[in-house]
Amino acid sequence: MPSPTDTTQRSATISVLVDNESGVLARVIGLFSGRGYNIDSLTVAPVDAAGLRSRINIVTSGTSMVIEQIKAQLDRLVPVHRVADLTMDGPHVARELALVKVIGFGEQRVEALRIADTFRARVVDTTLGSFVFELTGNTDKIDAFIELMRDLGLAEVSRSGIAALARGSSVI
Amino acid sequence: MSADMTQSGAEILLRALKDQGVEVIFGYPGGAVLPIYDALFQQNAIRHILVRHEQAAVHAAEGYARSTGKVGVVLVTSGPGATNAVTGLLDALMDSVPLVCLTGQVPTHLIGNDAFQEADTTGITRPATKHNYLVKRGEDLARVVHEAFYVARNGRPGPVVIDLPKDIVINKAPYAEPTVQHPSYRPRTEPDMGQIAKAIVLMKQAKRPVIYAGGGVINAGPEAAEALTKLARLTGFPITHTLMGLGAFPASDPQFLGMLGMHGTYEANLAMHGCDMMLAIGARFDDRVTGRLNAFSQGSRKIHIDIDGSSINKNVPVEVPIVADAGKALNALLAAWQASDEPTDKPALAAWWRQIDEWKGKDSLKFTQDIKRGGIIKPQYAIQRLFEITKARGKDTFITTEVGQHQMWAAQHFHFDKPNRWMTSGGLGTMGYGLPAAMGVQIAHPDACVVDIAGEASILMNIQEMGTLAQYRLPVKVFILNNQYMGMVRQWQELLHGSRYSETYSSALPDFVKLADSFHATGMRAQSVDQLDDVINAMLDCPTAVIADIAVDQAENCFPMIPSGAAHNEMLLGPEHESSGVGVTDAGMALV
Ligand SMILES: Cc1cc2nc3c(=O)[nH]c(=O)nc-3n(C[C@H](O)[C@H](O)[C@H](O)COP(=O)(O)OP(=O)(O)OC[C@H]3O[C@@H](n4cnc5c(N)ncnc54)[C@H](O)[C@@H]3O)c2cc1C
Ligand SMILES: Cc1ncc(C[n+]2csc(CCOP(=O)(O)OP(=O)(O)O)c2C)c(N)n1
Ligand SMILES: [Mg+2]
Repeated sequence: MPSPTDTTQRSATISVLVDNESGVLARVIGLFSGRGYNIDSLTVAPVDAAGLRSRINIVTSGTSMVIEQIKAQLDRLVPVHRVADLTMDGPHVARELALVKVIGFGEQRVEALRIADTFRARVVDTTLGSFVFELTGNTDKIDAFIELMRDLGLAEVSRSGIAALARGSSVI
Repeated sequence: MSADMTQSGAEILLRALKDQGVEVIFGYPGGAVLPIYDALFQQNAIRHILVRHEQAAVHAAEGYARSTGKVGVVLVTSGPGATNAVTGLLDALMDSVPLVCLTGQVPTHLIGNDAFQEADTTGITRPATKHNYLVKRGEDLARVVHEAFYVARNGRPGPVVIDLPKDIVINKAPYAEPTVQHPSYRPRTEPDMGQIAKAIVLMKQAKRPVIYAGGGVINAGPEAAEALTKLARLTGFPITHTLMGLGAFPASDPQFLGMLGMHGTYEANLAMHGCDMMLAIGARFDDRVTGRLNAFSQGSRKIHIDIDGSSINKNVPVEVPIVADAGKALNALLAAWQASDEPTDKPALAAWWRQIDEWKGKDSLKFTQDIKRGGIIKPQYAIQRLFEITKARGKDTFITTEVGQHQMWAAQHFHFDKPNRWMTSGGLGTMGYGLPAAMGVQIAHPDACVVDIAGEASILMNIQEMGTLAQYRLPVKVFILNNQYMGMVRQWQELLHGSRYSETYSSALPDFVKLADSFHATGMRAQSVDQLDDVINAMLDCPTAVIADIAVDQAENCFPMIPSGAAHNEMLLGPEHESSGVGVTDAGMALV
């Protein structure tokens, strides 16, 4: 039984399997904005061969009562097939892809490349004055990389948001 | 799906409606729906009721739906037709009323071009509906209609919009038979028997039980109300209803504590406050019911039956959640209670009833009517007499209301022994609901007595529907408690804002008798208490629609009242009682 007096915030990674019909994303986003829930990250793409189903991954935060309410609200949407709380249901993997543009010369440029190497970031575009790095990992790793690039000519970032799956053989 | 493509989309639409059992549509025409009106013209199976404003079409469909348990159907044109319907849709969403609303739309190739009377109807209505559809291909039309009815009536009922571009209803389309199952929407209706067993344990152990039942029992149908009545009588537990639940359990039964909540009875609210076991059924712990949450029934273990999982643990955490249809869960509880030989705590229950009877003795709805000739009519008395006279006449009576003090007095002083007889706008509190809703009720029950208990301000919000009453000879009675104020707002101004009656006086009111006359109805007026019974009798005898303008005490306030932000045991009682309760806190001032 969630308690209303428990005000500790937790983060939740929620995966939602939906019919891939027009308006479905608007329904989900409208639910979050209309009811004042947070969206920290959101990804969506079709996941079956026929393109009939999409998977929406949402990272949100709130008290456990609010998160239970978010799941119940998602579950009652008509085109929603399944709602899974990956954070609660057991261990899961969550990954994000980032493209990071760094503009710099000389020693800065060398340092950026060295750090990229330790983070296993790949160079996907380069000119004499710039790099675009591609990096995958959990949110913390990507945050850390971006933080380090700040002093080395960080110019632009594009992040995919989180894709997540439960570990092991269970599926949603 | 039959490959037969001889019918237009409009004809397919009507065929699908007919297969869904639709007999009546409430609507208003316009350019985008002309082909549908043309198809309606050429058939007799479905009756169309022409309203005078699209908002009224939706409320009429709500009245029709709530008084019959069927899905109400609305047809409006694109753009302003659709936007006018939005208030009604949200009203139906908040009060869980099953509707299908067909909206016209510009042809598919013009969508997005700011075409004439184009509106993003699915965008606008998304948060005001349970679900909505834009039909983009003729081959989807019949399936979408069937799906819309399925979604509207299953699970927690609600309004569904189908947006119909003009080319879709003109072009030929194939038919599809009604769907039986929805691919993703399959609400759970059967209770978990393990949870039922847990509930029975709590119920058997209870020393101070209370049943708190709401609109979900009405939604679940008359069988659910019957099961609730049986369970309450079998257990002997006291029972209270929300505004939306009134009529599910007979009000005349001594186990009934009256309505609870902001304007609920003393005994109902104190029983909720002091109980040690609460059985909540089809009720959503609304803020009008709970008062200040951190003071709400702190000492009780709670069982909550609701068909919508999101209603459970939303505001108030409960020990035993049961996601199920109220009727099915109640029948399961009945069977399990009877099968269990676990004893109840009889002495404790008897003591609890003694306590409740003491609270009842307070007579919290008490008012004093001056019955001398020329005495000013108390609004409560007008409703009490309306109730007594309609009851004595024995005709099946349906009451709708507008929103305000008159609505609360109606809930307090008109007593319902059967479900589906009480139609009111609870969640959205929409002034202007009552008259069109009454219209829809009268269409569904042509021989019944249908009364809209109204305020003089609210009634003006959909007064144009007097024209609809005349056109279809609907003998709806509009019973106005005319206090010349937006009384409910004036009451808050008196209690919370130093009696500064900012913009709440109903100036320049029409002469309601003449107004009735000009709409081909009958107008009557009661100025003082000696005229009241005659007017009520004349109104009920009258074969036409009636507006009865009842001049009532302008200063009367609606009590008891739990001010916003206060707890159940901090209720304000009226001037008939010694002062009690607390004032309004600063935090309460910010609440609605
Ligand atoms: C001026 C004003 C004053 C008001 N004062 C009060 C007051 O004093 N007291 C009061 O009670 N209300 C009052 N209200 C009304 C209040 O705002 C709410 O509308 C009302 O309390 C909600 O009633 P409910 O809990 O029964 O829920 P409803 O809104 O009727 O909701 C029904 C619940 O049942 C569930 N349900 C639906 N179908 C089923 C099914 N088949 N089986 C099981 N569950 C189902 C739904 O999911 C939902 O949770 C007032 C309104 C106004 C406008
Ligand atoms: C459409 C709409 N606008 C405003 C309100 C706010 N409101 C609630 S009650 C009320 C006054 C109603 O006055 P009246 O119909 O005369 O009823 P009374 O309270 O006097 O019985 C108002 C303005 C509302 N509920 N609905
Ligand atoms: Mg008034």
